[in-house]
Amino acid sequence: MIRFILIQNRAGKTRLAKWYMQFDDDEKQKLIEEVHAVVTVRDAKHTNFVEVWDQLVSYALSVLFPQFRNFKIIYRRYAGLYFCICVDVTDNNLAYLEGIHNFVEVLNEYFHNVCELDLVFNFYKVYTVVDEMFLAGEIRETSQTKVLKQLLMLQSLE
Amino acid sequence: MSPSVPLQEMIRAIRSARTQCEERGVIQRECAAIRAQFRQVDNGARSHNLAKLLYVHMLGYPAHFGQMECVRMIASPRYSEKRVGYLGAMMLLDEKQDASLLITNSIKNDLSHSNQYVQSLALCTLACMGSAEMCRDLAPEIDRLLRASNSYIKKKAALCAVHIVRKVQDLGELFAPAARSLLSEKNHGVLHGAVVLITELCERNPETLERFRKTVPDLVQIMKGLVISGYSPEHDVAGISDPFLQVRILRLLRILGRNNEAASDAMNDLLAQVATNTDSTKTVGNAVLYETVLTVLDIKSESGLRVLAVNILGRFLLNNDRNIRYIAMTSLQRIVGTDHNAVQRHRGTIVDCLKDQDASVKRRALELSLALVSASNIRSMMKELLLFLSSCPPELRAQAASGIFYAAERYAPSQRWHIDTILHVLTTAGGDVRDETVPNLIQLITNASELHCYTVHKLYRALLNDISQQSLVQVACWCIGEYGDLLLRGECQETEPAQVTEDDVLDALETVLQSHMSSPATRGFALTATMKLSTRILDNVDLGHRIRSIVSIYGSCIDVELQQRAVEYNALFRKYDHMSPYTSILSDKNTCLQVCDLLGLLGGSEEPLQPSPAPGLSLNTASTAGGDLLDLLGGLEPTPPAPGQIYTNTHTSHTMTVYEKDGVTLTLSCEKQSDSVLTVTLTASNSTDSDMSSFTLQAAVPKSVQLHMKAPSGDFLPARGAAKVTQMVVLNNPNKVGPQTQSYDALSYDEHQSVRGKVWSIRCKTTNYIREEENHCLISKINKAVAVFNKKLYHFPPPNLAFNSRC
Repeated sequence: MIRFILIQNRAGKTRLAKWYMQFDDDEKQKLIEEVHAVVTVRDAKHTNFVEVWDQLVSYALSVLFPQFRNFKIIYRRYAGLYFCICVDVTDNNLAYLEGIHNFVEVLNEYFHNVCELDLVFNFYKVYTVVDEMFLAGEIRETSQTKVLKQLLMLQSLE
Repeated sequence: MSPSVPLQEMIRAIRSARTQCEERGVIQRECAAIRAQFRQVDNGARSHNLAKLLYVHMLGYPAHFGQMECVRMIASPRYSEKRVGYLGAMMLLDEKQDASLLITNSIKNDLSHSNQYVQSLALCTLACMGSAEMCRDLAPEIDRLLRASNSYIKKKAALCAVHIVRKVQDLGELFAPAARSLLSEKNHGVLHGAVVLITELCERNPETLERFRKTVPDLVQIMKGLVISGYSPEHDVAGISDPFLQVRILRLLRILGRNNEAASDAMNDLLAQVATNTDSTKTVGNAVLYETVLTVLDIKSESGLRVLAVNILGRFLLNNDRNIRYIAMTSLQRIVGTDHNAVQRHRGTIVDCLKDQDASVKRRALELSLALVSASNIRSMMKELLLFLSSCPPELRAQAASGIFYAAERYAPSQRWHIDTILHVLTTAGGDVRDETVPNLIQLITNASELHCYTVHKLYRALLNDISQQSLVQVACWCIGEYGDLLLRGECQETEPAQVTEDDVLDALETVLQSHMSSPATRGFALTATMKLSTRILDNVDLGHRIRSIVSIYGSCIDVELQQRAVEYNALFRKYDHMSPYTSILSDKNTCLQVCDLLGLLGGSEEPLQPSPAPGLSLNTASTAGGDLLDLLGGLEPTPPAPGQIYTNTHTSHTMTVYEKDGVTLTLSCEKQSDSVLTVTLTASNSTDSDMSSFTLQAAVPKSVQLHMKAPSGDFLPARGAAKVTQMVVLNNPNKVGPQTQSYDALSYDEHQSVRGKVWSIRCKTTNYIREEENHCLISKINKAVAVFNKKLYHFPPPNLAFNSRC
């Protein structure tokens, strides 16, 4: 089960935050900061998975949020943006890695060569895309063509 | 008030703000405008306002005043407003807010809306932030939607049902039949949702699990369809048709097949097929393979399949992609307990991964390597592990060190290897080992008695190299203190000989004591070792002084433990030095040492560290019968036999024969009068056939002792012991000072033989008899006739009698 999805840039600004689990506002803020701290220091020679006990910073996460012991973060970096998905420890890492890539490809198609500014100025549309592809903490639709079709329909409604 | 700007403008304005303060200003102005707008009844720009508010919320600013607006907008008939309203609800409202209850009704209405997109919005919101009460209210609606004809809605409804089940477990029963029927759908999206729902139901409720076991054949069928027939362009990802669905189905199969033979049998073929047919060049293929492997290892699969799975993991280990190596090791970790041999085959690759650059890969490799250590591969594995330890990141050191210790303990092929390994670990990572390794290592060294020499040499060299590793320094100090004599002896079979002088050793210990890197515990070890050396090193006076001076410095140390130790050791030096093997050779010039009798209880114990229970030598061994030949120094080899044959006497008066030659017998008996006064009675008798006349006794004592000879009873010794001559001598030792090293004459005994007047002079010398070799022979000759007695006056030096015949 996905716990939350975050899109952040290198400076730490959140471009999208979708929570599938109950957190308080200040907890959310703390999580955003910690995830940013953990993910930005990693480079190409690290794996794409961050488990709790691998780094001291993520250990802080597990102390602040005890339930975090059962989570791990799967992230991928595209240009200046980090796409992070927080899942349960038992989930298949590679599948979610592919899920992230799927999502980014849809965004790319929808916004025609998406860049960070697109995500900033059309943030509500990004949420729509997210809701089309992920729901209730699971991957919902994996077919890119279908998703795009739906998105275009929704757009025409407005 | 300023007119409200469209969303884009606002975003641009915020982004162009150069400082935080400027940005806050812009946002505050906008929020004020939005609030004012919300208070107005209705205008077309409501959705824009809310969107602006949501953007501000995303930046992290408080936006809770928009919650009511969300509620209102959800109820609006316009789609655009609904959309933003629902988005706002998902972002601003959560279970804890009271306002969330207000939208329940709106959602309910929207779920039955004619427009499927409105329905989907409602489903989405419910799935995202639905609280338990909301779920309970709306569950029947969801169930209805699950059976609807619209696949778009069914997809969403299925996942919404998943959320409901997670929130309210009892409602799972409600959805089970609908879920069952969904499995026969063709639409991948719906299928996917259905599989997820069934997975969730089975995980939560074992009865449902039983019921769904019957669906295993259906699932197998679906998978087969995906794997074999598969090219569906919609769901294709890099050549694999709908890998996400495949992964999901495999996961469900795993749950259904766990602990169940029948279900596992049904899946075996399929799993084998998937494992062999899936293309593993891309990540997607590997994702499916990985899930397959996990499933195979979890269910009751046949052994051939398990071997196949482990082989796949082995292939993963050789993959270039670090991610795949990482997950392979994670899975291997789980099965290393059960399929140990299969994992052993890949040991080489795993050990190579120890050198990977990513810290998490290294950690996994370390855990696996430690789990794979066995008696047969211990030597090679340990080499690799020690190499790893020297270059590993600091957060892994403690774990690596403790793992190495544990493995060494279990599988050490020889004691020497074991000690070598531990020493190696201590030198490389001594700061990271746990505290109990030091006592464990000490115990190990103690038990390996034939390796003491080797160990102490190695530790000494290690100590010279580096004193920053506390554990190593502690063990080294202890060993040097305990086996210092072996160290000084120099030769050792197992390592190259090196000449180590006592001063070197003390230098090393002093460095440890004074270094700022040493912890208080380490200093304690070093201090005790220095103290112990004072009994091991026996023939060096200056060294003894040096040791004492070192120890007494710490008598005023700030650390209470060190101070206590130093003070106690000083007390031992002072009061119980008579038990020390070399105190008798000390002169009185420096310290206020109360040196006991010269030949007294020299070296009463090998360990002066054990304080004797009471002062005086009467306490220990002296009470053996007759007090003769108390070989108090029996255990000390370095000391010459001379002090060993000291007779002590605890009785207040005792007669001893000190000279017996040519018919003349001389006996001495002592009696203690007071603390510093001793009365000696000399009795002479003659057993020859001729008389002796002009028999005089002379005595000499060291300068510190006063001698007072009383008048003899006579000077004529009749033949055949008819009568005896006695003389009283009073010895007074007011200062209770020990004997000097200079020689002195004790008794000079002139014997007149009526025949010729041979003068025999009896000389005695006190010498530095431990040092001077020649006196050994002399003393051994003498000691047959020498009797020295001592009583409770350990501080009263009796005259040492030696006989030197001169003709």
